[in-house]
Amino acid sequence: MQITLFLPEIVLTFMVLAFFFVSLGKPKSGFLQGLALVLSAAAILASVVTYGQEGSLFLDVYRVDAFSQIFKVLITFGLFLVIYLAPKLTGIEKNLHPEFYLFLALSSLGLVMLSSAVELLTILLCLEISSYAIYIIIPLRKNHEHREQMEAGIKYILFGAAATGVTLYGMSYIFGLAHTTYLDGLVKVLPSLIQSQPLAIIGMIMMLCGFFYKLALFPMHFWTPDVYEGASNETTSFVATLPKVGAVALLIRLVSLTGVDLGQFTWILATFAVLSMTLGNLSALVQNDIKRLLAYSSIAHAGYVMLGILCVNELGLSSAIYYIAGYMLMNLACFYVIYNIAPSGKNVSFVDLKGLYKNSPLLAFALAVGAFGMAGIPPTIGFTGKFLIFTGAINKGLYALVILAVINAGISAFYYLKMVRAAYSTSGTPMAKINLGFSTSLLGFGLILAIILLGIFPQSFIELSREAIVAIFLFFCAFFYGNNHSFGHCCMAEILKRPQITKESVKCREWIHLILRLWIDRE
Amino acid sequence: MEKYLIFNALNYPIITVLLVVPLIGAVFTLFLKKKSLLRVWGLAVTFLTAALSLPLYFNFDLTTPKYQFVELGHWFPSLHLNYVVGVDGISVLLVMLTTFIMPLCILCSWTYIKERFKEFVIVILIIETTMIGVFVSLNTVLFYIFWEAMLVPMYLIIAVWGGPRKDYASVKFFLYTFIGSIFLLVSIIALYIKTGTFFIPELMDHTYAFGYQMWIFLGCTLAFAIKIPMFPFHTWLPAAHVEAPTAGSVILASILLKMGGYGFLRFCLPIAPAATFYCMPYLLAFSIISIVYGGYLALGQSDIKKLIAYSSVGHMGFVTLGIFLLNAQGIKGAILQMINHGITTGALFICIGIIYERTHSRELKDNSALGMMMPIYVTFLGIFSLSSLGFPGTNSFVGELLVLMGAFSENKLVGALAIPGAILAAAYMLRLLQKMVWADSDGHAHHHKPGHHVLSDLNGREIFTLFTLAVFVFWIGFHPTPLLDVMDSSVTHLLHQLEAGMHHVGGAIHH
Repeated sequence: MQITLFLPEIVLTFMVLAFFFVSLGKPKSGFLQGLALVLSAAAILASVVTYGQEGSLFLDVYRVDAFSQIFKVLITFGLFLVIYLAPKLTGIEKNLHPEFYLFLALSSLGLVMLSSAVELLTILLCLEISSYAIYIIIPLRKNHEHREQMEAGIKYILFGAAATGVTLYGMSYIFGLAHTTYLDGLVKVLPSLIQSQPLAIIGMIMMLCGFFYKLALFPMHFWTPDVYEGASNETTSFVATLPKVGAVALLIRLVSLTGVDLGQFTWILATFAVLSMTLGNLSALVQNDIKRLLAYSSIAHAGYVMLGILCVNELGLSSAIYYIAGYMLMNLACFYVIYNIAPSGKNVSFVDLKGLYKNSPLLAFALAVGAFGMAGIPPTIGFTGKFLIFTGAINKGLYALVILAVINAGISAFYYLKMVRAAYSTSGTPMAKINLGFSTSLLGFGLILAIILLGIFPQSFIELSREAIVAIFLFFCAFFYGNNHSFGHCCMAEILKRPQITKESVKCREWIHLILRLWIDRE
Repeated sequence: MEKYLIFNALNYPIITVLLVVPLIGAVFTLFLKKKSLLRVWGLAVTFLTAALSLPLYFNFDLTTPKYQFVELGHWFPSLHLNYVVGVDGISVLLVMLTTFIMPLCILCSWTYIKERFKEFVIVILIIETTMIGVFVSLNTVLFYIFWEAMLVPMYLIIAVWGGPRKDYASVKFFLYTFIGSIFLLVSIIALYIKTGTFFIPELMDHTYAFGYQMWIFLGCTLAFAIKIPMFPFHTWLPAAHVEAPTAGSVILASILLKMGGYGFLRFCLPIAPAATFYCMPYLLAFSIISIVYGGYLALGQSDIKKLIAYSSVGHMGFVTLGIFLLNAQGIKGAILQMINHGITTGALFICIGIIYERTHSRELKDNSALGMMMPIYVTFLGIFSLSSLGFPGTNSFVGELLVLMGAFSENKLVGALAIPGAILAAAYMLRLLQKMVWADSDGHAHHHKPGHHVLSDLNGREIFTLFTLAVFVFWIGFHPTPLLDVMDSSVTHLLHQLEAGMHHVGGAIHH
């Protein structure tokens, strides 16, 4: 076993342990954030360094490849941003600050492991590690009159437990039909089972429910608004972004198990996607609390991501990765604003946004960029993401779905615009000027630039996600040609050796086509 | 690719420069503080852009319908997406119109915009880039990005510097145009999946099945009909015009509406010719309804700005009428009419802004009998009003004449139906002129109206602004040939494309 393959996880585990020891003493808050930043930056570094490596660990239940590593980079980067975003943790009880960081790191560890897990029970285990940590940090909010954080915590844990139950039940069906819990074993039998056995479809859907829960996709979305509203602003910025990235990783892995042609399975997922968008957007129209609004908007965005995933082609899947990364940035931009205009850690509603422009032009602009981005206005990452996903879906012939999705984009523009309108309205009651420190302003500028620039120049990110998708296809394909990954190894090596990224894209596509042809012709 | 393009032969990338100069100007605006400096800076950048756009006209090759001054760069190779910009005879005039109107927008906001002047200059400069971008993009995705990106600064212009109902108007504007254009996006992607390219000239060269053309045509037409705006999608326009500040109204009327007409000419006609022929009667009908209905509504307005806004609906009806006549006179007339409307209606909105700054009212009855106090002002108002109603010797006369000639040669009925529109235009503009220059409807001149005696006539800046536009009114009115020459070969080429597409699909339907 190569220890370097496991480096990001080791760094995060060290972070968890470090904060455990710190929580025993009485540390200063500046020290805490500094430590958290340094350790999460180390985790990013570890993920970046291990990018490009590949291999299997722990009896092949744990797979490190381009796909898992890109998600590890995203997740650790998200963790870093969440920590950076809230320097003072104003919404969390003072004496619980070390624990807050501890559980953030623990949850991220679970998510990072989730993106590498290629065996059903391991997947469940990683999912639970990340969930349990979140169950704990939701009620850590500073006491308010109504103690709504308790309600949110209970809701999250109950719904979470139910979702896990459903997932396990689905897994039992899949195991019963396929006699294996390894994904590489499943891929050999599932495509034909899906075509012939209704039970396999039911099992798959139930199994996916656990990830729908994390992603807040339609049938499993109920917890979202209440949890977003009840949890502190810092916690919500975590819950709203990182678990979704992890969920997308797993959904891509699991959905691509079923083969290139999903058949009826497509329509079930499509229904979920459309209902998710419509329900999310329509409910968001009438919200007054910004966090609740973002909750419903996240349900809608889950629908868009699903649209990309259910294409199960290279373009659809890689755009889903791009989309969720963009969603993370745009959402963090909104939470950045929310955190900074509510110094006491209270919830923010439209009234608080009124006249934000006068108090802090940077915050207003960050909110505008985040909101316009989520509405899909160019030139932002949100537009490019939607554009890529629609291209993938039309490529698959899903015209009806795309039409429904664009109508939804039209609806969603209204409430995003409402946020911008409030921030730029001239009729607000004058409030105190918000003074952002240097580092906070820097984060704001960074987020704005990232949202715009990654939207205009998506090439390099899309190449990375494409490579990631190639990696999973290769991983699955390898098993038709001997169980020793040799074919996959060769392909991977071929791809990674190539020096230039643009030429690589052409090669990647050629490989994928070759492999898919082999896969389809195998019978 | 050389089949469609002539690469830029100037020693600098002229179109990219036009796109980048306002953006750089916007960035530098961030570091300026004083209002006086900001105005001069904004003016300097927009003037510079206008000056830089002049070579486009002087070096334009009149003999070819190919896209000229083309620049090509890699952008997003995974989807075969290139940065490709260029102009042809249709778009070059609209680019020039944009670059020339923008300095006037800064000039007419000199004192009109009281607060947040810095942000105002930034937004104006950004919108200039996006508008030029729409006209020069030869790639559907690039086109769409500029098309949509333009919404944000325009929304802000209305929402931040607008009148009392700015919230309502700005949101209505945004949602209307956004919802229209997302279907354009679907059409763009569908075309890509079908042909494997986003490059507009190549898309025009493909032939598509009739049913497919219809879908593409409908998707695009919705976006363009809302933008231009055509009845029954025109309701956002009066609201947006009335609430927008002067510069916003000028941009909206002079350039933004033209994007709709340009879209029809660039997308609907050449890419979906058979569908265009099929839908022609309906679109002609909607155009005539727009002309007559817009005119009638303008006749009944007491708010001057609303009056001009509804007159815009009528004028743009002439533009769509000309486009969908699908003959050379009609299309040339339509393009010329787009330029004319940009000059004349832009000027009228500047006139309204000037009087609003003095009387703080846009009601007709509060602004009557100005002739004695503001002779220079009413002279300009008279010129532009006459131009707006298509008086011989002014620019609109030529445009409307061409469109009407096209209409009569196509179908006598269509021509006859459009005539009342022209008469209505005379009625509402003369009503406006009569009331504003001479007297109230009861015939009494209200010289003693409180506040009116302090009205000052135009200052040098305002005279300069209006004079520039008046020059173009007469220049195009008396000597339209240079403009018609510029569009000639492109329009001929467009008609060839239409015919070829029609024959192809027509043959397919018959067999």
